[in-house]
Amino acid sequence: MAATHKEPVVVTCIGPLNGPASSLLTWVEQRFPMMENWRNHLAEYYAPKNFNFWYYFGSLAMFVLVLQIVTGIFLTMHYKPDASQAFASVEYIMREVPFGWLVRYMHSTGASAFFIVVYLHMLRGLLYGSYRQPRELIWIFGMLIYLCLMAEAFFGYLLPWGQMSYWGAQVIVNLFTSIPFIGPDLSLWIRGDYVVSDATLNRFFAFHVIAIPLVLLGLVTAHLLALHEVGSNNPDGIEINDHKDAKGRPLDGIPFHPYYIVKDAYGVVVFLIVFATILFFMPEMGGYFLEYNNFIPADPLKTPTHIAPVWYFTPYYSILRAVPPMFNSQFPGVAVFGIASVIMILLPWLDRSPVKSIRYKGPIFKSALTVFIVAFLVLGYLGTVPTSEWGQFGEWLGGVDRATVVARICSVAYFAFFILMPWYSAIDKTKVVPQRVTG
Amino acid sequence: MTQAAKFFSRALACFTLVVAPIFIPTALASSGEGKLDRAPIDLRDAASLQSGAKVFVNYCLNCHAASMMRYNRMRDLGLSDIQIKDNLLFTAEKVGEMMNVGMTRKDAKEWFGAAPPDLSVLARARGADWLYTYLRSFYRDPATPTGWNNLLFEKVAMPHALWPLSGQAALDVREFKTDEAAIAAKVQTRTYSRIDESGEGDAKLFLLKSTKIVTPGAQTAAQYDATVRDLVTYLVWMSEPDQLYRKHVGIVVLYVLLILLVLTFALYKNFWKDVH
Repeated sequence: MAATHKEPVVVTCIGPLNGPASSLLTWVEQRFPMMENWRNHLAEYYAPKNFNFWYYFGSLAMFVLVLQIVTGIFLTMHYKPDASQAFASVEYIMREVPFGWLVRYMHSTGASAFFIVVYLHMLRGLLYGSYRQPRELIWIFGMLIYLCLMAEAFFGYLLPWGQMSYWGAQVIVNLFTSIPFIGPDLSLWIRGDYVVSDATLNRFFAFHVIAIPLVLLGLVTAHLLALHEVGSNNPDGIEINDHKDAKGRPLDGIPFHPYYIVKDAYGVVVFLIVFATILFFMPEMGGYFLEYNNFIPADPLKTPTHIAPVWYFTPYYSILRAVPPMFNSQFPGVAVFGIASVIMILLPWLDRSPVKSIRYKGPIFKSALTVFIVAFLVLGYLGTVPTSEWGQFGEWLGGVDRATVVARICSVAYFAFFILMPWYSAIDKTKVVPQRVTG
Repeated sequence: MTQAAKFFSRALACFTLVVAPIFIPTALASSGEGKLDRAPIDLRDAASLQSGAKVFVNYCLNCHAASMMRYNRMRDLGLSDIQIKDNLLFTAEKVGEMMNVGMTRKDAKEWFGAAPPDLSVLARARGADWLYTYLRSFYRDPATPTGWNNLLFEKVAMPHALWPLSGQAALDVREFKTDEAAIAAKVQTRTYSRIDESGEGDAKLFLLKSTKIVTPGAQTAAQYDATVRDLVTYLVWMSEPDQLYRKHVGIVVLYVLLILLVLTFALYKNFWKDVH
């Protein structure tokens, strides 16, 4: 049998325990590929030595995922998914459960932190072409993680059962109503009732605490397995595996453990300092992380004057509002909203530049990316305010809201970045790519 | 600076250039509207919190519940169980009970048109400044069912529960021909005020609305402001009783993290010495 041929594991640093520890590990190793996985994914996984600031966000996303799962488990112990008790049970956690406030704030701040970290992680991919061949599947798994994360955040946001929870869910579920033919039945099926109600709360709870997290963990595993199969990209966008030493180790690579373990540990502490500052001193983050209206219990009879989703959804919400109704239907807006949130999945096939990294790309790509980032941020801001925020244009322009016009321009810019990419990435001037990484 | 950092700073600069000018007109436009009075609260002031608790229990806790708050939580304000029981417990038997009220939602709807909201976390939804302004902006209005109206929250169903203290105010409306004159006069008003417009074209007038005490109450204006300050302090504390403790814990956590920062940074630099 193959297992019996495995070399004995030798532990060299535990002193008197050396012998027993070595034989225990050997016993396990002959039955389970523990050391093999350790070597493949950490001790002998060679990562490029020139990772910069942007490369912290992958491990940070992993850290926040664990944080959300652990705090989520403790919240589930005290939370009641019942329309008549949910709001009060959250306050019970905040007031009566020892350190319940800490767990709850970790979870609510963690949700926003997760999106900040993931958005920066995705921007890193855009900057250095990490989605390019042979990393298409890593990118696709990553995009699916992002979509799951949005679903997870959406389902979770209903649970505190405040006014924004309730009306946000109402608005989003109603979007499905506009789908031709099946829309009304579909939204009824999602809600389990004619309005968002106890039935909706119960199923959203189920999705939030078990269904989506399971899918999420599976996807994260796939994301990492695919990454370790082809190796990490780096800020130069070149393959370190093209230059190896006599032993087959990449010349520009260093083992993930211990080098990146210690570096990422430092990154985690820096992250935690920012995280703790928000959590302990401004957990509401000016109404962006915890909306003020959500401290009013859900009231199905009282619609708030301004319903805004949490900040991480607002770019897409802006796009949704920017599309005017066509053929007496809101469906075009909903369709554009849906496409906007998944279009990034096509990036590996849209970018036709001969180089991967922004370092060697030309002015056209750099400008396009800048416009895209600005458009995304402006859309994000506009989604948090009413469309009347900036007043209206004069009658000669039809008296439309200024903010709506800006949102429309930004929406066009958002899509143009992707749709025109095959063209502008191919004609752009590029610089010469070095053979070896440049630090 | 790496190329990526340079690029990022450029993107940020572009964003600022695009977005900043848009905010300027918005900031200017808000000068004519009603500005909330700043609530001078101090959550570390135990005397203010205790006095606020007394006002809350005497004047608010008849119609409004605070159903997520236990009476004995007021021990955090420096009160003993006996003090709570003797002075603050009117509608409950034991200090461990929640601050509930006898009035049902159905009765409340019938009597006031709307059920009074639970006040446990209301301060987190409204904010201290809003509450402080609201409780000082009631005026007599014979046109409403309760005989009271509020300059900040028009046609509010709530009557002015604190009127024996504040006295009775009336709406004071002054007319101005220009916006500038109205704003100039607005700056002079002591309490919350608002500018409304009426009429069209040449007949357009700017109405500066404020409140003015006509029948004095048991307290002077300054005393009443202090009473409302204490009440708002209490409401803010009650909305998150652990908030001061949270900040104390935060400081300890940050110190620990700073130590960890030094240690992990040293570890990182030490390991990376041999990477060239």
